[in-house]
Amino acid sequence: MQTPDDTILSVEGLRVGFGRGAATVTALRDVSFTLGRGKTLALVGESGSGKSVTSLALMGLLPPSGRILSGRLNFRRSDGTVVDLAGLDAAGYRAMRGPGISMIFQEPMSSLNPLFTVGDQIGEMLLLHENVSSAQRDKRVIEMLELVEIPGAAARAKSYPHELSGGMRQRVMIAMGLICNPALLIADEPTTALDVTIQAQILDLMRRLQKELDMSILFITHDMGVVAEMADQVAVMYAGAVVEQAGVLDLFDHTRHPYTQGLLASIPRDDLVDGERLVPIPGSVPSLTALPSGCAFAPRCSHAQPECHRPVSLEEKASGHLSACIFDFAGAA
Amino acid sequence: MRSYLLRRLIGMIVVIFLVLTIAFVLVRLAPGDPASLMLGPDASPEEVAALRVRLGLDQPIIAQFGSFLANALRGDLGQSLFFNQPVTTVLASRAEPTIVLALFSLLVALVIATPIGIWAAYRRGSVLDQTSITTAMLAASVPSFLTGLVFQRYLATDLGWFPASGYGGAGAGFTERMRHLILPAITLGITNSALILRFTRASMLDILGEDYVRTARAKGMTERRVVLRHALKNAGIPIITVVGLTFALLVSGAVVTERVFNLPGMGNLVVNAVLRRDYPVIQGTLIVVAALYVLVNLITDLLYLAVDKRVKY
Ligand SMILES: Nc1ncnc2c1ncn2[C@@H]1O[C@H](COP(=O)(O)OP(=O)(O)OP(=O)(O)O)[C@@H](O)[C@H]1O
Ligand SMILES: [Mg+2]
Repeated sequence: MQTPDDTILSVEGLRVGFGRGAATVTALRDVSFTLGRGKTLALVGESGSGKSVTSLALMGLLPPSGRILSGRLNFRRSDGTVVDLAGLDAAGYRAMRGPGISMIFQEPMSSLNPLFTVGDQIGEMLLLHENVSSAQRDKRVIEMLELVEIPGAAARAKSYPHELSGGMRQRVMIAMGLICNPALLIADEPTTALDVTIQAQILDLMRRLQKELDMSILFITHDMGVVAEMADQVAVMYAGAVVEQAGVLDLFDHTRHPYTQGLLASIPRDDLVDGERLVPIPGSVPSLTALPSGCAFAPRCSHAQPECHRPVSLEEKASGHLSACIFDFAGAA
Repeated sequence: MRSYLLRRLIGMIVVIFLVLTIAFVLVRLAPGDPASLMLGPDASPEEVAALRVRLGLDQPIIAQFGSFLANALRGDLGQSLFFNQPVTTVLASRAEPTIVLALFSLLVALVIATPIGIWAAYRRGSVLDQTSITTAMLAASVPSFLTGLVFQRYLATDLGWFPASGYGGAGAGFTERMRHLILPAITLGITNSALILRFTRASMLDILGEDYVRTARAKGMTERRVVLRHALKNAGIPIITVVGLTFALLVSGAVVTERVFNLPGMGNLVVNAVLRRDYPVIQGTLIVVAALYVLVNLITDLLYLAVDKRVKY
């Protein structure tokens, strides 16, 4: 267990709903995890499990129909004070985005504004958050483009997004995300839209920059191969809730939750680093509007017992290893 | 880029040629002999024959068309039968009120429509959004002569804030002339703001849902900057189209407004020319309006090019 001082982000019982009144769909039922300073936490889960909604809730960027129903999003600022992001007002959030928390989105092709040069868009971060001259700004932008290994950085700064490939655009997004030296970077499947070789390059780049810039990363993916490569810690999500969190080796070697076991069993261990997609577990993710009572995974679980209809919550089963299963299947994978 | 301009130029020449052809054919299509039509039922056969020769109507039709084209290219659109002056002179003296009215009312339409359109899209579903759509539909469905008459009655005649009609008379200074255009411009602007408002709202709604708008918010800027810098520039592209179209419509739509406010513009001129069977003037107006339309289209496309670097011609 980390001492709180080492923790940069701790999410406790986050619930997010879409829609109003009786029509509210609860997309996040119970999301809890902690991310250590300077570490990478991988948030994994099948499509629709709520990974993107979690990251948008952290950024205060939920669409108008969505809102945080309850939960705490404790974030430690660089001055050491802890702030609950859920309680921030618009101005507070604006100041937090950029230097505090930065985000790289899932869709590199559409996340850059087509009408501004990439240099403009990266430099705007400095314009917003740092008081530097425009010459300084241009210089920093070019340095940043060099840091993310874009060849011909000075010329590239004057390019428009449509003149760049998907991989280059994602590098631009990374440059934009990192230029204000964020304490926390949220990367929502930053490589899913890219082909495998580019994917490997981007992951290398992110690892290198993390060391150089000393930041914490919340890395969202549904690719267990990428998890093994990137993460220090892993939180596994299923149908809007975190069902297991542990250190990466612990998670792979002593898997405790049957859902995580299913995820891991569905890929050949030797191929982990090749970034293969997950083969889904038998059955399908339940609809958020028709979740079973108790454990949401029970209907697909080979170990399911009548007791599984009782409510479960994430509990520490061993030091630093949390699981939301009433049984304890340590190492049964 | 150069080849694009060349293609556009050729396209424009083709359009102008077609317009000239239509203008030529139109007059020939009028039932009966143009010369006797123009002179009316009381003219003697000798007068008709003389006019036929003057108009070249005794020549074969192809030769007539040839000399019509050749003259038009030299800037000679014939003589007005009513004014006994070259058509170009007549048109030139009437162009200012129409073109300034079109520009002025476009400005009015933009000033009314864009802020409301942006705000309605930003607060979609709100009371303001719904009110603005309803009002826009209402404004678009009231004929401009009605709005014009109401303004004239209350704002000009009763309150005396604006001149009720005319263009200030001969020798009126620039300010005086513009003062006479205020009510007509507001009248025409209101009618046309409805279209621009709906376009602005629709295009803004699209853009506000884009991923890059979310990126802009994630950068930690104010909502004002998100909307006015990152969204509006993108939404502006479809808005340019509709503004271009509206402007072209304004020139022809000026007819009614000019009549209501008795402005000596091309709209009034062409209505009178129809009543007086002044065919050369009708022809000339058709050609000038078409040329303006083509020009505005070209400007619209060049504006695209300036705003959106993705557009490659
Ligand atoms: N704007 C929205 N309105 C209503 N429901 C939404 C909205 N956005 C997301 N959801 C719901 O929230 C759930 C989680 O979606 P989310 O996008 O977080 O999944 P994800 O884990 O990121 O999946 P993927 O791997 O495909 O990106 C989904 O069931 C989705 O239907
Ligand atoms: Mg997602």
